[in-house]
Amino acid sequence: MIAEAGHFALTLALFVAAVQATLPLAGAQRNDPVWMAFARPAAVAQFLLVAIAFGCLTAAFVTSDFSVLAVVRNSHTAKPLLYKISGVWGNHEGSLLLWVLIMALFGALVAVFGTNLPPALRARALSVQAMIAVGFYLFMLLTSNPFERVVPPPQNGQDLNPLLQDPGLAFHPPMLYLGYVGFSMAFSFAIAALIEGRVDTAWARWVRPWTLLAWCFLTAGIALGSWWAYYELGWGGFWFWDPVENASFLPWLAGTALLHSAVVVEKREALKGWTVFLAIVTFSLSLLGTFLVRSGVLTSVHAFATDPSRGVFILILLVVVIGGSLALFAWRGPSLKSPVLFQPISREGGLLFNNLVMTTAAATVLLGTLYPLMLEAMGGGKVSVGAPFFNATFVPLMMPMLIAMAVGPMLTWKRSDLKPALNRLWIAFAATAAVLLIVWRLQGGAALGLLGIAVATWLFAGTVVQLAERVRLFGVPLRESARRLVRTPRSAWGMTLAHAGLAVTIAGITGAGVWKVESIQTMKPGDTVTVADYAYTFKGVEDVPGPNYDAVRATFDVNRNGRFVTTLYPEKRHYPVQNQPTTEAAIYPTLWGDLYAVIGDSAGQDGAFVTRLYFNPLVGWMWAGVMIMVLGGAVSLSDRRYRVGAPKGSRRRLESAASA
Amino acid sequence: MKRKHKRLTFVLIALALLATSAALVLTAFEESIVFFHSPSDIVAEKVPLDRRLRLGGLVEQGSVVKKPDAVVTFRITDTAHAVAVTYKGILPDLFREGQGVVAEGRLIDGVFTADEVLAKHDENYMPPEVADAIKKAGQWRGEEKP
Repeated sequence: MIAEAGHFALTLALFVAAVQATLPLAGAQRNDPVWMAFARPAAVAQFLLVAIAFGCLTAAFVTSDFSVLAVVRNSHTAKPLLYKISGVWGNHEGSLLLWVLIMALFGALVAVFGTNLPPALRARALSVQAMIAVGFYLFMLLTSNPFERVVPPPQNGQDLNPLLQDPGLAFHPPMLYLGYVGFSMAFSFAIAALIEGRVDTAWARWVRPWTLLAWCFLTAGIALGSWWAYYELGWGGFWFWDPVENASFLPWLAGTALLHSAVVVEKREALKGWTVFLAIVTFSLSLLGTFLVRSGVLTSVHAFATDPSRGVFILILLVVVIGGSLALFAWRGPSLKSPVLFQPISREGGLLFNNLVMTTAAATVLLGTLYPLMLEAMGGGKVSVGAPFFNATFVPLMMPMLIAMAVGPMLTWKRSDLKPALNRLWIAFAATAAVLLIVWRLQGGAALGLLGIAVATWLFAGTVVQLAERVRLFGVPLRESARRLVRTPRSAWGMTLAHAGLAVTIAGITGAGVWKVESIQTMKPGDTVTVADYAYTFKGVEDVPGPNYDAVRATFDVNRNGRFVTTLYPEKRHYPVQNQPTTEAAIYPTLWGDLYAVIGDSAGQDGAFVTRLYFNPLVGWMWAGVMIMVLGGAVSLSDRRYRVGAPKGSRRRLESAASA
Repeated sequence: MKRKHKRLTFVLIALALLATSAALVLTAFEESIVFFHSPSDIVAEKVPLDRRLRLGGLVEQGSVVKKPDAVVTFRITDTAHAVAVTYKGILPDLFREGQGVVAEGRLIDGVFTADEVLAKHDENYMPPEVADAIKKAGQWRGEEKP
């Protein structure tokens, strides 16, 4: 019964979305307020219906209703409750339902809180949003119904892929989707603006918080995925330039560019056409990412769908959305003139430079990701484009931007001078030189490592200098500086935190990428191996039962210079339902690096095991840096000027405060 | 600066970035693209020896030998021909005899020395490259379980 109710709610949602996609848009064209007014209730109704559908599927998973195919394929009665729930989106059908749920949620938020929006813009944006939703509903109902029944129902389910039974991964897909789908708001507003032929400060104030929100979730989602890969796959790496990782990284690059160009539209009413274009590109890359991941054209743990009809449907959806929106942009885009001019050396110039680098880098990553597909489609043989390609192209491209990132915020709007800005950064120069010297003395001259550390220090110090300049530290009495610090707008704090976080992340990536120490060997109980000053003594293994798996757990005592540090317990688990083993790395994080131990297979009669021991320097800095970046985004989002739903209200309040 | 000149500055920056990325992409393609080959290709000596390459197929039944120092040797077959592989390290969780795998490395004296072995995360799943290689060798039996 529950499954049928969910299916019915989903079908109803399709019809509501179809109405929402057409009536308000037609109303806006005819300037008919009654038709436009359909948009808001329709968006709310659509959300409620999808929420019911999602609730039904979740109920089916939680109660282990094995008459539903999706539950049979991805659940099992012995599975812990958290993974029963995460199993809802741990499969193709359910993940699509999550996608439309988030999309409908965002639409409903605009409908409820968008009271200050011009009615025509709101009607059009909600219509565009509903058009994309219609595509997804059709896709689900026609090719991937999450509520499909099985007759007769089996006794038990086939369980979720054990690799996905992990707390990090339970929240990875929802985070990522909140990011992907969040960019659909920027997209809908961009298309609405193109239809209207008008982009102004108010428009940018609406688009920015949505983009920022989406960016925060996407950043966190990518980091969660990378963290999961780090501790779960047991290779000691965190980023493999796998096509599926790239699929989430591409919208991030474009979205970051969009975030920065929207600032220029808001502050200076320049770069309008470019910003609209970026909004289209960002969401298109989100859709492309979904397509790459879901269609099964790429070989990966994420590829659920292998049914070719689904691939064709997504491809058509992709062509319609991307092709249609770019065609609209080609037609209407030239009317979005930006009257305001600026010098190349200026804040706008810096932001535009960021945009150019980000888009070039995104294009390079896209090329590397799609090249194997293109080559094969043209009959050129099978190739793989791996990490060496991306390291050799992406990293050098980003360097100039990272260096410029410390300077850009020091420049003033419209026109500026490079020399005073650089003069004020002398302290950052000095800090970079000092850190470089220390690292060189400690670690030796790995050129790439030194370069990475230098860039990270430069960016971090430059960001701090910019904040110090802002509060005029040592220029005015300390108390005055403190007062200025408190009064600094939250959006400025957001920028400072995000840039500083990126610097910390780069230091982490450099450390873990360049100075990683790795040792693979066979160890008998009692053997000791030393990795980067840490002596690991293998004590042997024992069998440990888990809720739905059996594990072999090894014990390592770790000493450094004769002092006990910690005991590590890496595991090798075996999940009987899917007959699949997983590796659980044991990690002991320290400030300067992670101790990381993995066991492989048994090697011989005397209790010997293959072991893999790592020292991953600074790897924790990477996650910490990403958290600081996300925090920066959140702080910026809390700035009252950008508060979702209150862009105009606050301005009015400010005006009344000024006149009072 | 005149409006035209300002625009020109950014166009020049964009062109410089594009040229840089094109140069980087071309050199990187030259050095880091890895071609996929089947065991039959290698036996037929259709493979360049000075490049990294990927070798895909099934792990031959009974061929896996574990040696000291975490070295493993096995044979990858497309059911027509097989190639000996040696690898040092921990094999992926789903590495099993009879299972589809992809190994990346170099061919040294007729032995494929892998520095990376990929087995996919689902036991019913066959990497498309491997499936194609086996199809080419004319030994494909059905879509579901090869």
